[in-house]
Order: sequence, then C-alpha cells, then structure tokens
Amino acid sequence: MHSIPGRRVIMALFLIFLLLPIYWLVNMSFKTNSEIVSTMTLWPHTPTLQHYKRIFTDESWYSGYINSLEYVVLNTIISITVALPAAYAFSRYRFLGDKHLFFWLLSNRMAPAAVYALPFFNLYSAIGLFDTPWAVALAHCIFNVPLAVWILEGFVSGVPREIDETAFLDGYSFPRFFVKILIPLIASGIGVAAFFCFMFSWVELLLARTLTSVQAKPIAAIMTRTVSAAGMDWGLLAAAGVLTIIPGALVIWFVRNYIARGFALGRV
Amino acid sequence: MDKTINQKAWFLVLPVFLVVAFSAVIPLMTVVNYSMQDTFGNNQFFWNGVGWFKELLDPSTDLGGRFLASLGRNLFFSLVILAIEVPLGIVIALSMPREGWTVAACLVILALPLLIPWNVVGTIWQIFGRPDIGLLGYTLNSLGINYNYVSNEIDAWVTVIVMDVWHWTSLVALLCYAGLKSIPDAYYQAAQIDGASRWAVFTAIQLPKMNRVLLIAVLLRFMDSFMIYTEPFVVTGGGPGNSTTFVSIELVKIALGQFDLGKAAALSLVYNLIILIVCWVFYTVMTNAGVERKTQAEKEPAAELKPAGALQPAHALQPKEGVA
Amino acid sequence: MARIDLVDLAHSYGGNDAPAESFALKPVTMTWRQGGAYALLGPSGCGKTTLLNVISGIITPSRGKILFDGKDITPLSTQKRNIAQVFQFPVIYDTMTVGENLAFPLKNRGVPKADIDKRVTQIGRLLDLEPYLNRKATRLTADAKQKISLGRGLVRNDVAAVLFDEPLTVIDPELKWQLRSKLKALHRELDLTMIYVTHDQTEALTFADTVVVMHDGRVVQSGTPAELFDKPAHTFVGYFIGSPGMNIMPAEVKGREARIDGHVIALNRSYDHLPAGAKIEIGVRPEFVDVVAPAPGLLTSKIDRIDDLGRIRFARVRVGDAKLAARAPGGFTSSDGSAGLKFDPSHVHVYADSLLVEGAA
Repeated sequence: MHSIPGRRVIMALFLIFLLLPIYWLVNMSFKTNSEIVSTMTLWPHTPTLQHYKRIFTDESWYSGYINSLEYVVLNTIISITVALPAAYAFSRYRFLGDKHLFFWLLSNRMAPAAVYALPFFNLYSAIGLFDTPWAVALAHCIFNVPLAVWILEGFVSGVPREIDETAFLDGYSFPRFFVKILIPLIASGIGVAAFFCFMFSWVELLLARTLTSVQAKPIAAIMTRTVSAAGMDWGLLAAAGVLTIIPGALVIWFVRNYIARGFALGRV
Repeated sequence: MDKTINQKAWFLVLPVFLVVAFSAVIPLMTVVNYSMQDTFGNNQFFWNGVGWFKELLDPSTDLGGRFLASLGRNLFFSLVILAIEVPLGIVIALSMPREGWTVAACLVILALPLLIPWNVVGTIWQIFGRPDIGLLGYTLNSLGINYNYVSNEIDAWVTVIVMDVWHWTSLVALLCYAGLKSIPDAYYQAAQIDGASRWAVFTAIQLPKMNRVLLIAVLLRFMDSFMIYTEPFVVTGGGPGNSTTFVSIELVKIALGQFDLGKAAALSLVYNLIILIVCWVFYTVMTNAGVERKTQAEKEPAAELKPAGALQPAHALQPKEGVA
Repeated sequence: MARIDLVDLAHSYGGNDAPAESFALKPVTMTWRQGGAYALLGPSGCGKTTLLNVISGIITPSRGKILFDGKDITPLSTQKRNIAQVFQFPVIYDTMTVGENLAFPLKNRGVPKADIDKRVTQIGRLLDLEPYLNRKATRLTADAKQKISLGRGLVRNDVAAVLFDEPLTVIDPELKWQLRSKLKALHRELDLTMIYVTHDQTEALTFADTVVVMHDGRVVQSGTPAELFDKPAHTFVGYFIGSPGMNIMPAEVKGREARIDGHVIALNRSYDHLPAGAKIEIGVRPEFVDVVAPAPGLLTSKIDRIDDLGRIRFARVRVGDAKLAARAPGGFTSSDGSAGLKFDPSHVHVYADSLLVEGAA
C-alpha cells in the first residue's frame, strides 16, 4: 500500500543510472592513459595506481584537499554558530521587521553565485583576505547561513515553549538555558544543518575558485590543470574526481540513519 | 502558538544580520555602482545611468540579444528539468523499500550525487558521454546513433538535462520520501478499508501529505537550475555555439572574460531581481500554507462542530476561505 | 451483515513457529451473530487490537480461519472483506469536503451517484454533520474529525461488520458520552454488526450486548454485562470489571464449605472434585459482602477506611494480608476498627487456577 507496483525494478534501474557514471569514473582512474585512449574496456585491463600516487606525492595536489576541507569546516562552524540564536529568535519572538528580515535572508540563499563572484573578488582583495580559506568560508555564508537559520528554525519550533519557560522559572540564565537545554534538544537539527552546510560548501566551485589563486586553491579548481601539452590527462582527472567524491560519501555514510529525517528539515 | 513581541530578539539575530550583510549588502552596492558606469579599462569609469539596463532589455542590441536568449534557454531548461525531476522524484520516493538494510543502502546511493562537487559532476558526465572514451557515448555510437554533445546542439541539451536529472532527482526523491514517512500507518489502513485504489491512495493521502515538501523541492530545484553554471560549463562550455549558454555562464563570460563590469553588473541586478520575485512568490505561498496550518490548530474552537442538537448560527458555518 | 465465526484463530508477530506463550493472540474459537453489538475489552497489550486487525484483514493470522456467513475469508485482502473500521485517531482526507469524505468508501466501490447522495445525507443527518457536508474537512476539531471517520465507517450498508478501535480516545469526556449514546442509537437504526475495542469498562458495558473480555492474548469470557458481573468466568474478569473489583482470596474448599484462616464460609453449591494441586481461590463481589459488628463464626477483619460513593459505601478491610472491599450498610460504624464479614453464599464463586469451577447443586 505504501509503495507502487514494480518498485523494485524502478529503484534498481534508477540506482544503476546513478552509479554507472560514477563507476566509469572509478574505472578510468585505475587505467593507464594509453588504455583509456586506445581501447574501450569495461574494467581496467592493466590496473594502475599511478594517478593516485601522483596526487598523493605532489604537494600542489593534496594541499588542494586540505584547502577545501579547511574552508568547508570553517564555513560550517560560522554558519551554525550565528544561525542558532537567530533561529531561536525567529521561532520564539516577534520583533520589528522579523518577516522582512527572514525573507531577505532566504532571498540570499537564492542569489546566483555568478552575480557575487566579481564584487566578492574586489571586496576580499580590499580587506586582504583574498586567497585565504576565510574568504571562501565567509563568501559561502551568503547561502549557508540563511539555510542554517531556516532549518534550525524548524527544529527549534518543534521544542515546546513550556521547556523554555520551565527553565527560566528554574533560574537558568538565557545563555545557560541555550547551551545546557536547547542545544542538546535540537542536536539532531544541528547535525542536519551542519550536513547541509558541509554539502553546499563542498560542492560549490565558482566562488571558491574566484576567491583563491595559489595558497588556498580548492581541489576542484586544481583539477582543471590536467590539460597539458600532450592533451588531457584523463586518468589523473578521474582519480582526482574519485577523491573528491570520497569525503561526501563518508559524510553520507555517517548520517545515513538521519537522512530521511534530515530532508524533512524539521518541518514535515 | 502565539509568539511574544520582544524587540530584544534583534540581538539574537544581529550576528546573522552582520555576516550576511557583509557578504550580501556591500557587494550588492558595488554591483549597483558598476551597473551605472562604463569602463574602458585602466580603472577609469564613466557615468552611464540606466544605459546598460535599456540595452539589456532591448533584443536588438548585442547585450540584450545575448541576455534575453540565455534567459529564454534558462527558463526552458528549468521547466524541462522540473517536468522530469518532480514526477520522477515522486516515483522514486514511492519505490523506496519499506524496511531493512536496503533502506539505508538506497538512501546512501541516492544522496551520493548531491555531495559531489559540481565541477566533478561535469567531469563525470564529460568522461561518461564522450564518444571516444565514454561508456555512454561509445555505446550510443556503436548502436548506430550519432551522438556527440560537443558538436550537436540537441545532443548537448540532452546531455545537460540528463546530467541534471542524475545530479538532482535524488533531492526531490529524498524530500518526498521524508514527507511520505510522516504519514501514519492508520491512513493506509483506513484507505484499504475504504476500498481505495492505489491511485486514490496517492491522490487522497500521499500527495496532500507531500505538498509542503514538494513545494520546497520545486522552489530549490527552480532556483538552482536557474542559477546553474558549473556543470554545463564543464561539459559543454556553453556550446556548441551558444546553445547551452545559460544566464550565469553569459554573466561570467561578460564579467570575468571581457571584464565588462558595467554590463555584467546590470545583468546581475536584473537576474537577481527575477530570482527575487520568483522567490517572493514561493515564499508567500509557503508561509500562507504555514499560516493555514497554524490557524487550523489555533482557531479550531471557531470551527467546532457542536454536539447533537446544539446547532450553531448559520454564519458560523461558513468555511474560512484561506489561500489553499 | 454477516455472522462471523472465528475458528481456532491465533496470531504471533514472531511467525507461526514462535513459542505458544509468545502469541499475541492465543487460539480462539467463537461466533458473533449478525447485527450484534460486541465489545472487546481488556487492558493495553491484551491482544484486542490484534484480533480486530485480524478480522479486518490488516493482519493475516498465523493460524486458523475467519468465516463470514460460513464462507472462509481468511486469505482475502481487506478491500474484498467488506469490512468497515474506525481507528483510534481520526483519519481525514483533507483535500476533500466532509461529504466527499463520507462518500469515499462508496465511490471506490462504484455505487451509483444517487445512492451515494442518499446514504451520505442520511449518515450526515444521523451524526449531525449535515450542515458541514460541503465544507473542506480540514480545520475541524478532533471530535468533528472523528465523527467523519465514524461516518465513513457507517456509510456502507452492506458491510459484514463495523470495527471500532478505541474510537473515542481523542474525544473530550462529556462528548464521549454523547457519541457513545449516538453509536448505540446508530446500531439500532442501521442494523449493522459492530465490534468495539476498548480498555474502558464503562464504554464496553454501555455500548455492547455482548462483552468479550481479553487478557494476555486470550479470550477469558464472553457474555452480557450482567453475566460478566454475576458470574466472572476468570478471576481476571472479576477483578477487571466492576469498581471496586471482585475480592479474590485463597481458600480451602471442601464440599459446601470454604475455609479462610479457620473460618468457615458457606457455599451454595458443592465442590467435591476440585482438581488436585490447583490453586484454589474464592471470589465474591464487594456488593455481596457486608461489614457487620464482629460476631463469633464470622471472619474478622480490620477496617482501613470507608469510601462513601454517595449511593453506596464501601469499606476497605484487611484479613491477614489480603485486602478486600465490602459493602458498609447504612448506619454501620465500628468502635475499635474491626468488623465481621458476612458473605452472600449464592454469590461466592470458587476458582481453580483462576478459572471458575461450577459446583454441583
């Protein structure tokens, strides 16, 4: 009754559709470049780790991963920290301009990165943050902070107001109530919000590439260097691609039991 | 639940306000400033008033022509992927296994494309689709279908659309699945007892319970597809010709490629405005849906059906017409 | 409209091979007649909802058969069983109007439009929903929603039975009373077999002609409210029905005498062949025990307190470790806190291993 006839077939076909291109990427990352170009093989006939070896030994490659993770983590921490009190305020209080402010925040989530690329470049160059993880972390706040506020607001609204009142009657100060009572209650919501912040910061490239040049260049941008005089280094490109999928896959694995609830965003 | 009025709440919102304002307002002011000026390089700017905006909306000029063409392509693209991803996402959500380890496995695989950096998504489809080294391209061509997304416009479009479906249908599916999970079993049992057909269960129970998450899904998918840049840029570079040049790609071309800051800024503003308007419409619809939900809970006594014999005056029986 | 036979019906959520004691519903065989009003009564977890869901087809039983008018319908799906069910929490199709909600079960079965309208109007009138038939079914109070659920259960006149799964849980106490009387009236008017699950004895005793008491997955007694009161077939029934519940005391029984603490209590019937080794108890309802001034030959007890229920007073007394309740006749007072207990022999029952033993005349 819950599901539809032929659901297994539909699901299987869709999962194959999702996995096939990824398989092809993985497959190619283990092939030599000559095998890639000369023959069409469904699996590596002469498997090689040379592309991975190169990425892990060349500092300019692996530092890209560290750079990416650095700004993603920074951004997640900033977003959640500033969004928590705001989510509480939007959930519990009415104040001057609250609705307009909320809409304005959400509208920033919808702003195209392309619009902001250039002004950000100017802004962060002017204040000396250009080519640091901070520039990217702050820039990504423009879409992650509104999202975090929105998700957390849903979860805070799920906490009965009586709990606040009881805590204040028991003599809790506001900061103590916030840290000791509210945050543990919406821990899963914080996890969900952090997951989404991580996700959107990790997958974004346009701003990350525009705001960095050498020092803080993200892995995704470094990948564009695989064109050499001898043509495309397909194997290296594929290996780098596989390595960018792994952090995301790990994160999903850890939150797999919360995915369904997480996507309800606390408001179903 | 009635919220209390408390202006001090502004202090709680202040950090968010500052962070977002720093990232949004200052750059936006720069954009507005640029949009009124012209530059010939060397950091020399000339006042141009609303000149760029006039040009932008006039299809006979170069800028206007490019903008309106890319806007048209972009709208078409958004509509196509919504028309595919929303029904497909619902079907996938309905096809989810009920329990056991397969649930987690399906969820993990579904979520996987969402966490792949967007340019890598492009790379994956580039590698997958190329006629020489890609499984898809090679297979299609050996089946006698002449497929080449680099030279054929239709092939390029199909590739970009299939790529977006691959990338984002999971989001719709996961949102719908979350909505479906919130339906109590009693609803299905009642429907069974009422003799409802599979289709009736879908229209009478599942769809109404999903409509909030569906609204979110449509909103997110519309916005993100309207802003799409990285994936098609990596795969097709906007080509062949300009056939897959969407607004963002056009914008980056003008701003970072030609360093035509005035034009780019004007385009940005109009682009942003369109998105803002659509966003506002969705937001209004969504909050109204929310309000309706709340009034349902709060105003219940007003709509109460009195027990036997105690008939209410006729005017109290009028249903309250909300925005449904 | 059918006679319902349960034949050796049992269910275990752990499958048929699970140990017999773990069955949520232990084997039961019984017959429910057409047009009856039945209540399944028992505490939570006693298996009554399992039994209901087995009848409606939501659960396929591990063992046994269900017959509607002699026809085995065990393998049939819920849709094909011709059953209506009302759930504990209201189920409303909120995109439809109240009227469409009521018409839904009929429409799904292809009933002609004219008949649907007629029936919906009739049910709407019976449930006082008539003025609301054309409004959306959202934004209603819990009891209005539950009325709609009830209406959907009652709207088909060809159903084998209408099942109610604690349908009044969400209703305010005062409305509960009204809805219950309404259901009773509807039962008379519509000539439907109704099966009503509840853990509330008042609800069960006022609604049903026949009350089926369940305990730990077993049907322990099925009878009219009077039978359950006068002659509980199981100590659990005695204890669960009535307020306060039946007094149960371990005793030695021989012939027409029961002995407690060396005191003899006369019995109306003779019990000569009690099973050896069984736990023997006597049970008597507080209504048939009087506290009187202590006298020789009477069981002496200590009075803990006297509850005045207005119409009647019950003394809470103790005999040794056993706590009992007994009627305190008007004007009874005790100077030293002790009292004698006078039993009505015709209402003292004997139980062996919790089961009623019929004595010989």
